[in-house]
Amino acid sequence: MNRLIQISHQTIILNDLGMHARPAARIAQMAMNAEKNIWLSDGNTQVDASSIIDILTLCAKKGTHIHIQAESREDATILEQIKAFFDNGFGELTP
Amino acid sequence: MTQKKSRELVLKGISGSPGICIGKAYVVDREGVNIIERYPISKAMLPKEIDRFKHAVEKAKKEHARVIKSLDKDVSDTLNILETHMALFKDKMLYGRTIETIQNEQINAEWALRKISRQTKLMFQQVDDPYLQSRVNDIVQVSDKIMANLLGARNIKIADINKRVIIVAHDLTPADASQIQLERIKGFVTDRGGKDSHTGIVAKSLKIPSVFGLARATASISNDDILIVDGSSGLIIINPEEDTLFRYEERLARFEAYRADIERESHLPAITRDGVALNLMANIELVEEVVSAKDNGASGIGLFRTEFLYLDLKRFPTEEELLLKYKELAELMAPQSVTIRTLDINGDKFNPYIDPVEEANPALGLRAVRFCLENKKIFITQIKAILRAGAFGHIKLLIPMISCMEELIEVKAVIRQAVAELERDEKVFNKDIPLGIMIEVPSAVLMADELAGQVDFFSIGTNDLIQYSMAIDRRNRRVAHLYQALNPAVIKMIKMTFEAARRNDIEVVMCGEMAGDPINIPVLLGIGIRHLSMNSASIPVIKKMVRDIDIEKARQMSEELIQFTTVQEIIRFIQEEYKEILPYKETED
Repeated sequence: MNRLIQISHQTIILNDLGMHARPAARIAQMAMNAEKNIWLSDGNTQVDASSIIDILTLCAKKGTHIHIQAESREDATILEQIKAFFDNGFGELTP
Repeated sequence: MTQKKSRELVLKGISGSPGICIGKAYVVDREGVNIIERYPISKAMLPKEIDRFKHAVEKAKKEHARVIKSLDKDVSDTLNILETHMALFKDKMLYGRTIETIQNEQINAEWALRKISRQTKLMFQQVDDPYLQSRVNDIVQVSDKIMANLLGARNIKIADINKRVIIVAHDLTPADASQIQLERIKGFVTDRGGKDSHTGIVAKSLKIPSVFGLARATASISNDDILIVDGSSGLIIINPEEDTLFRYEERLARFEAYRADIERESHLPAITRDGVALNLMANIELVEEVVSAKDNGASGIGLFRTEFLYLDLKRFPTEEELLLKYKELAELMAPQSVTIRTLDINGDKFNPYIDPVEEANPALGLRAVRFCLENKKIFITQIKAILRAGAFGHIKLLIPMISCMEELIEVKAVIRQAVAELERDEKVFNKDIPLGIMIEVPSAVLMADELAGQVDFFSIGTNDLIQYSMAIDRRNRRVAHLYQALNPAVIKMIKMTFEAARRNDIEVVMCGEMAGDPINIPVLLGIGIRHLSMNSASIPVIKKMVRDIDIEKARQMSEELIQFTTVQEIIRFIQEEYKEILPYKETED
């Protein structure tokens, strides 16, 4: 499916558990505030970042590269927030 | 309890739905299955039904919030999970799509919720990650809570099955099957059922791996036994050894990855890459199969086979009995169309309730429309029931096995007589039902131009067309290899039929098994066919394939096929041209 992507950031899953329900819920919460759709993609599958369930279907493990994509430039800040959350290992990194 | 080490035991039955599942057995009696009713909601009542759903969600959320409040902060793990549940209640994929389903399909909230949560669960059946697998439980719990509020307190029996299990039952009636909460069930196996039985048809229509006709299943399996169900090869393995388990886990992962991928988009329309919308419909035999047809994203019933009721009753059904079934079907599918095919059967199947006539070669004998024209009373009864049902939905009338113009002329006379009788008896009916004929005999292909001028649509029945063109009986193993859908002769026949229909400006549907096999799709689309009808279970796969096809390329490809004179060359050519989009096929090992 081709969607008009205006901005895209690349990030990686750092925590041991990979993408699971708690971070998915947090991401969905952030994405729900966006003007237009925000998507997560692992290169094969593209999912709706405002749905926990859709995010979880990515089955993204530790080390998976993820593209965070927005359809509107106005959502740049939200995109940054989501990227920061990823980069921070969803707050689950053990020191 | 003493731990007894059981030996691995393999039982061979009949393959139901394809796929593999591994899990614990749950041997059921009737009470084991939760009952969810399905009923239509009128347009005017839809907002109310949606409100009822929203209300149930709000109530479930409130109850849930109370639970969270009551918890100590030191059980933070549980708290985390419960807080995630809070967000899940209003997740787009669950909440939004359930409302959409109530609205679009005009059905009750319980059924819509059941359907959506089932689809959602299917996406998670990639079980290599135990953490993710347990997220399925989150969704089950959340939708259970909403469901409990929808049903009201008195009806809850949901705790009966609190883990995902494989159902082991003696038999499974269509009513049972429609009530099974599929999201709680990994697969099922039954003792009863032959290939053409009720159980068999139902088993095939469900999309969970199943094996039936096992005879000894309920006797050999106890609750909590570990089972492997291999629906594709019709095997079940009880208490498998470790390496058997390992081998199947691998096959399962591959199969589920593929399926999750196609499920995700099966409810969207089938539109090719260059924007041509196709009409993908379902072939069904029982009214109960409407549910799976709709779940699989069918846009109508392209072929309703009517033989079942005749064989099931062991006598000829009355006009009223037929009307009841056809009317129900028309109403369930409305506004989408239902094509009802008149009796397509050998006379000898009605043994012993009509005089048996020995036929040396039944496939070339008194069957289908020939039988009906010999037995006009039976025929006119069915035609009248179909015309009457036409008043309740969008019904089309389809006549099988037409081999010459005389038969069509005679059929039309019977229809006129049926109309006259219905008018005389002042029945409510639709006399303008579209009339179509099956093109499945080579002589009809050669006469397609003339026949097309007399009817509203053609339906190409490839199963018989291939058998009659190649002069083979595919049940005869010694010649079955000649049953070739992509034989150049068969392709030419389909092309001729389509061209004749186009010249006469009538619609062509392809309803044989050929339409459900991905490799044939580029050829059929290339020839120009836009209406396909197939087993419900094939629809998601074909939809996915269609979305990757470019009509113009398919057209050129189908023209290039003319250069080949053997089926091997044709298959190789298509496989090469479309290797990127032909779906993954499980190879037997």
